Amino acid sequence: MLVNVQVQAPPDGQGRLETPPPAPAVEAHQLSMWYGQAQALFGITMAVPRHHVTALIGPSGCGKSTLLRCINRLNDLIDGVKVAGRLRVAGTDVYDPATDVVTLRRRVGMVFQKSNPFPKTIYENVAYGPRILGVTRRVELDEIVERSLRSAALWDEVRDRLHESALSLSGGQQQRLCIARAIAVEPEVLLMDEPCSALDPAATAKIEDLMTGLKERYTIVIVTHNMQQAARVSDFTGFMLLGELVEFGLTRDLFTTPRDRRTEDYITGRFG
Amino acid sequence: MRDFWRSGDPFVWLTGAALAFALLMVLGLVGLVAIHGLGFFWPREVARITLVDGGVVVGEVVEREPIPGPLPPGGARPFRIKVKQGNRDLFGADFVWVEESRIAGLDRPAGLVMVERREWGNAYGAIRDVREGDRVVAAGGEAGFAAVTERLPGALALARQIRRIERDEVGRINYGQERIRLQLRRLELRGVREGPQVEALRAELAELQAQYDARVKELDALKARQTGALTLEVADGRAMTIPIAQIVRVVRPNAMGTAARIGFYIAKVWEFVTGDPREANTEGGVFPAMFGTVMMVVLMSLVVAPFGVLAAFYLREYAQQGPFVSAVRIAVNNLAGVPSIVFGVFGLGFFVYFVGGTIDRVFFPEALPTPTFGTGGILWASLTLALLTVPVVIVATEEGLAAIPRSLREGSLALGATKLETTVRVVLPAVLPSILTGLILAMARAAGEVAPLMITGVVKLAPALPIDGFPPYVHLERKFMHLGFHIYDVGFQSPNVDAARPMVFATTLLLLVIVLVLNLFAIALRNRLRRRYAAAAV
Repeated sequence: MLVNVQVQAPPDGQGRLETPPPAPAVEAHQLSMWYGQAQALFGITMAVPRHHVTALIGPSGCGKSTLLRCINRLNDLIDGVKVAGRLRVAGTDVYDPATDVVTLRRRVGMVFQKSNPFPKTIYENVAYGPRILGVTRRVELDEIVERSLRSAALWDEVRDRLHESALSLSGGQQQRLCIARAIAVEPEVLLMDEPCSALDPAATAKIEDLMTGLKERYTIVIVTHNMQQAARVSDFTGFMLLGELVEFGLTRDLFTTPRDRRTEDYITGRFG
Repeated sequence: MRDFWRSGDPFVWLTGAALAFALLMVLGLVGLVAIHGLGFFWPREVARITLVDGGVVVGEVVEREPIPGPLPPGGARPFRIKVKQGNRDLFGADFVWVEESRIAGLDRPAGLVMVERREWGNAYGAIRDVREGDRVVAAGGEAGFAAVTERLPGALALARQIRRIERDEVGRINYGQERIRLQLRRLELRGVREGPQVEALRAELAELQAQYDARVKELDALKARQTGALTLEVADGRAMTIPIAQIVRVVRPNAMGTAARIGFYIAKVWEFVTGDPREANTEGGVFPAMFGTVMMVVLMSLVVAPFGVLAAFYLREYAQQGPFVSAVRIAVNNLAGVPSIVFGVFGLGFFVYFVGGTIDRVFFPEALPTPTFGTGGILWASLTLALLTVPVVIVATEEGLAAIPRSLREGSLALGATKLETTVRVVLPAVLPSILTGLILAMARAAGEVAPLMITGVVKLAPALPIDGFPPYVHLERKFMHLGFHIYDVGFQSPNVDAARPMVFATTLLLLVIVLVLNLFAIALRNRLRRRYAAAAV
């Protein structure tokens, strides 16, 4: 895939990075996780800065999706999951027994690898989250739906068919609908689990453009297989291997001067 | 040769042949039922058969068959015909066999009439005269037919009025009387035998009795107006007088044109679908049975759908999957294989005697020993069938739940929905088509089931529909009629099997049509939902 030069490392983003790093939105400290007996994450420690895009890269099965799904505790759905260490989202301890999972998930949105719109209308898909939060007034919902669809760069394409099935949209549109649905509840962090792996290059470019816009308001953590994509869209990158976070740093640095031998091998394509 | 087997062609042929065979069987069955069921209403011509010995047989020729027994030497096998001669009150039997060798002549005079009566089945013959009381109004075939045709609508209207008074007004009075009697009995059970309350009720009772007497007088007056009578000359020359009040319709089948025949056909079909049965169910309509069938299926669906769906949701969504849940699942599936009569016996023992009996003792002590709920009724029959069909709904729902992609649930949970919200707002709509599939199968099974109903509430002839104009309007404790049982009863328990046989076909056809209509309705609903809630397929 060709690199989209325009999106890569915008100058103002660079300028902001000169200033001291902002308070982390997601902070892991010695985070380990087990599926039953099998350990999937080994002592992950990282700080994801607020209002930036952070990419997690690594070969298949290295635990990047697992780490992502720790952040909104979606791994809770799987039997026999055990967690040790500490994970904070904007100061809240995610695995504190006192933490309400439902509230946490409202603050941490997620976009999945395969677009998963609900079998409802486009409007109802976006309104789903706000409705659950208790928004019932039509005017308010209308406004949220429009704002979210605009943010997801989908409004112009669907404004005339809001009440048609979401499944009538193309794959790329469905994925942007899922993004609109996620940001309709105004989360602080937006997790993206390989959001473009099922899309064609044109749809991928649209979503990458979108991310650069969205990071003004949300902290984005994206898991991707595609190193060019990580290089294009992210400000920070973490490289994971076999459940460990090998290296974490500025995307520029990680791709040009990796500190770890394994990172270098991976990004130069010697394995993976 | 080996290549021939390996090519797969024989297997394709085998599968095709199996399907063709199955289709042939189904089409044959439906075709047989349709031909006999639909042909039943078509007017047949009335033949006058003159015999060699001078006797005459008048009636519809129904069938022709070879006479069984040894072949006569040198000759062809002789045939005989079956004639529906009617006039059961005179001749004793509706049908008679006539050997073709004994027939001297057969003609179809236009003047022969077929008279459908409320009792004793059809009458066939030539019209002699029409009278009002003792006065002859019209004599002879033409004039007589005109006179009776002219009088019939009035007579039918009068009959309807009498029936309305008997059923609705007298019914209402009886209902009121029964209610007061039960109130008196309730007071008596509490030890109140005297006092203003009892007096008031007694006065009300007397008032109703007076109303009843007035109605009886009114009825007598109306019945006194039914003076018309039709006299036929039947096959053997005897005269037969039929009061016009007893006549449902008079036609001259031999003189009917195509339009008249089609009109007759439509009228007969309409009567069959909307009318009450007559003559031990062998004539008239099957409306009460149709109504009972549909109402029972609807009641059953109302019970089985929520019950089965909730059970399936627990099994699939909440229960800790393990050997115990697997065992439960197997048990549920096996429940579908238990003979239905076993469910009937269970329904009788549990619902009717235990639940119904308890309800009677607690809520209706004044009516005892007459049971109210402690006897078979449409509610208990529906509940029994709901038990019978609940495995179908559970299995279908579970399969639907298993087919919902996990990403759909995760998408909802990730938005901060609780498990309940996810289940209600995302999973339930997505699984609705599967639920409806289960419900369709359940309804089809329930509509055709007879055995368990026979002991939980179906009767040969129900005096009233389970829904009527008297509060509380829906009478779930009432016994009801059912098309499946109707088929059994008319076909095998009827005193006049030959006359009833076409009814069996027509009733079967109607039952098939009802099942089809119920299914089509549910399928249309499911397809609508599917379009709206089609599971994400990318």
